[in-house]
Amino acid sequence: MAQVRVTVDGVQYVDEVEPRMLLVYYLRERLGKTGTVVGCDTSNCGACTVALNGRSVKSCAVLAVQVDGGEVTTIEGLARDGQLHPVQKAFTECHALQCGFCTPGMIMQAVDLLGDNPDPDEREVREGIEGNLCRCTGYQNIVRAVQSAAQAMKPGVPAETPATAAGVTP
Amino acid sequence: MTTTAEPTTREFGKSRTRKEDARLITGRTRWTDNITLPGMLHLALVRSPVAHARITGVDADEARALPGVVAVYTAADLGLAEASLPNAWPITPDQKAPAAPPLAVDTVHFAGDGVAVVIARDAATARDATELVVVDYDDLPPVLNMEEALADGATLLHPGLGTNASAHWVFDSGEAGTGGSAKAAIAAAENDPDAIVVRRRFRQQRLIPAFMEPRSVVVDPSGEQLTMWSATQIPHILKTLAAAVTGLPEHKLRVIAPDVGGGFGGKLQVTPEEILVLAASVKLGKPVKWTETRSESLVSAHHGRDQIQDITIAARRDGTVLALDVDLLADMGAYLRLVTSGIPILGAFMFNSIYKFPAYRFACTNVFTSKTPTDAYRGAGRPEATFAIERIMDELAVELGREPLELREQNWIKHEEFPFTTVCGLEYDSGDYEAATAKAKDLLGYDALRSEQQERRDRADPVQLGIGISTFTEMCGLAPSRVLGSLSYGAGGWETASIRVLPFGKVEVVTGSSAHGQGHETAWSQIVADRLGVPFEDIEVLHGDTQISPKGMDTYGSRSLAVGGIAVVKASEKVVAKARTIAAHLLEAAEDDLEFSGGRFGVRGTGKGVTIQEVATATWAAHDLPEGVEPSIDADATFDPGNFSFPHGTHLAAMEVDTETGRVSIRAYVCVDDVGNALNPLLVEGQVHGGLAQGIAQALFEEANHDEQGTLVNGTFVDYTLPSAADLPSFTTDRTETPSTTNPLGVKGVGEAGTIASTPAIVNGVLDAIRHLGVTDVEMPCTPQRVWRAIQAAQGRATQEPPVDTHSPGAGLGSIDPNNPQEEEVQ
Repeated sequence: MAQVRVTVDGVQYVDEVEPRMLLVYYLRERLGKTGTVVGCDTSNCGACTVALNGRSVKSCAVLAVQVDGGEVTTIEGLARDGQLHPVQKAFTECHALQCGFCTPGMIMQAVDLLGDNPDPDEREVREGIEGNLCRCTGYQNIVRAVQSAAQAMKPGVPAETPATAAGVTP
Repeated sequence: MTTTAEPTTREFGKSRTRKEDARLITGRTRWTDNITLPGMLHLALVRSPVAHARITGVDADEARALPGVVAVYTAADLGLAEASLPNAWPITPDQKAPAAPPLAVDTVHFAGDGVAVVIARDAATARDATELVVVDYDDLPPVLNMEEALADGATLLHPGLGTNASAHWVFDSGEAGTGGSAKAAIAAAENDPDAIVVRRRFRQQRLIPAFMEPRSVVVDPSGEQLTMWSATQIPHILKTLAAAVTGLPEHKLRVIAPDVGGGFGGKLQVTPEEILVLAASVKLGKPVKWTETRSESLVSAHHGRDQIQDITIAARRDGTVLALDVDLLADMGAYLRLVTSGIPILGAFMFNSIYKFPAYRFACTNVFTSKTPTDAYRGAGRPEATFAIERIMDELAVELGREPLELREQNWIKHEEFPFTTVCGLEYDSGDYEAATAKAKDLLGYDALRSEQQERRDRADPVQLGIGISTFTEMCGLAPSRVLGSLSYGAGGWETASIRVLPFGKVEVVTGSSAHGQGHETAWSQIVADRLGVPFEDIEVLHGDTQISPKGMDTYGSRSLAVGGIAVVKASEKVVAKARTIAAHLLEAAEDDLEFSGGRFGVRGTGKGVTIQEVATATWAAHDLPEGVEPSIDADATFDPGNFSFPHGTHLAAMEVDTETGRVSIRAYVCVDDVGNALNPLLVEGQVHGGLAQGIAQALFEEANHDEQGTLVNGTFVDYTLPSAADLPSFTTDRTETPSTTNPLGVKGVGEAGTIASTPAIVNGVLDAIRHLGVTDVEMPCTPQRVWRAIQAAQGRATQEPPVDTHSPGAGLGSIDPNNPQEEEVQ
């Protein structure tokens, strides 16, 4: 067993874990963070994507012990003070999800993408989320949502302004 | 009395965002794998690595000795050696179906077949222990090729059946009295200088549904009723059939489908694992969970498609079609699962599609092979049919030197000819193929692209342009029970709904449909808001739990709205009728003097009225009801459709093919679908997008490949190449609205349309781009390697033997262009 000390969604945890335990299972089974899901066993689908120290990672490709001393944000910690993150809002407003299984990872990856590139064009969005598979939407509305969120997140746009359709500046 | 929001304006047709999303975007979702119960044990399967072998020994001593392991069981240990998973569709009276035990008893029949289960205190230990179970196999030859499987002397997968053919099913319009004899018409055409006969063989490769949520099952044996949670599309059917398989009385089992992460037909199944978890849980008296890995899912959850199609079309030289003859071989895989045998039959009445064939014949032989069983995958029989007819119409156009859209229009049912009884005897209720096609051509800029195509050909541009066409229809809204009965299906096709109006006027809608991403909670709320005049927000839709929703036929076959939605309408009408009686009493008016509008019963010509919420409260209190009236305005309804519905559309794909590398890209994709009236256009569009992605994936990216031993060689997401966002373009979608006349909402169905229509559009487009180079066909998926080889072969250039085509450069590689890593490829 190894000790891991980590902040997840703003709460600090100290736990003994098996060295082989993956971060995603630590989140799901030890912390009850079941919003983060497992979709494959080869790190291809991205359903388990979370933010580790501010960058997106596939939590099935990180050992729990590797996050010792770090900070993890999952889909469950994205909303702040009861306010949905603009990417979350944009996903529902643009109908960017159907079954919703890929959605937590897709949203976390989109947040990361917008951190790097606050105003991506369609192609940049498509490349930025290509490590996250979705079987329901054909991606079109996901792309629209990410671009819509980018507009809503522009400096000067009030946080409570709802995200609108793709490309329309509120 | 609580306050309620103002009654909403008409919901039908409104692009409502979804109620479901709030939990899904915040991670508050209830997936089966999230469930943890006190003392819960974990089950893992020992699966056969070989396709066909006799089991000569199972040694589990080492596995049992591993700390944390509770038990290792074979089928016999679980009392399941004689049990057989159900096949609900004996398509012929003499259909041959092997025993399909949840674990192989003495012989494994596909690589992935379960042999034993390990139960341990945690999932990792259970999985570790499966590696310690030593199974001795005596290899038998695999059965991989359908034609070889039917030849004399072939290895028999199930020797007791005496053949690898499960059934032979024929429809002949001459014999059915719905048309002429196709064989006779084709023979006549062959001897007629004014007629032409075109024969082609098409291959529907094997696909994997690949829903994003891996399957998972939890069974809790405590309490009076056993409770099973399963990531299934069909909790009701599962309850009935799990009881039948295990001998458990049906009233002692409760099945819950919590949030389910996609299905696409892949979770329309009664699985070995559901039965195994149930049996193990009962035997141990403890809750047991099984959640599959992705690799396990790809090899053991059922596959789809896998047909060889021999198509013969006869036409007059003026283009008028005379006859269509379809001969199919359909790969069942190793066993007949729930509707395995019936999947090709769902396509039997669709090959004739939108065209006025005077004679039609369909024959299908279902064949066993030592591969994963096949069953429903989005479209289920209809994509196969649509592909074949749309490909052969293009081939006919080429042979006749005709413009392919014009040839189609010459032969399709004109809008003024509806209702139209087809050569299969189906009555198409409505449609307007001209309108959808005109709109699609306009959106694509069809004529300008044809000019550009010619110009590129003339200058021998290395990147050639093709326009792919697919004018399709499908039958959905499965299904009129009498039709299912005539096809020997084992159940009806009705759907149920219940509406409960709570004491203060909020409403619970119970549906027998079982959503797994479609948006039923939103759509059903819209229907009920309109019918009862209550606010959208005041409605809760309950589904997927046999204790809450005791009856249902679940979700598949684009049936939810056209069948289940109509049950909701019928239940709403009953609620209003019951409330009207009580409202009249409360208002001291005659029922006939009441008008119901916007949730309020008003007395005509007066200002007097009462809301349905007030009626609900008064009914609940029951202090003052009319004599003999029960204190309830709740109602149930069960709807059995009188006919299918027939969505249609025109899909056009502008395809670019790099003739030097074989690389294919979608320059533009336009589809105009007619799904009747659209309850929620936002949801309709979402269904179309997702359907297109899956149909395009069949055309370009996906195939389940097996090696010569019968092992699935691309059984992970590394090499089973689902398209990523970078592999797909944005689609131009639009609609025409020709209401269905077979249901009161005028709706059709949309879940499968995109998948059914898009595959032939893409392949026709690829061929249209390179046909002038001498290419006549490219098998799916049209990977760069296949396209390049087809061009080389057509040009008489030698190439090396292809390697096993596990995956091809470019397929599913997204933004990585193997030909030019620097070049941008997504349009």
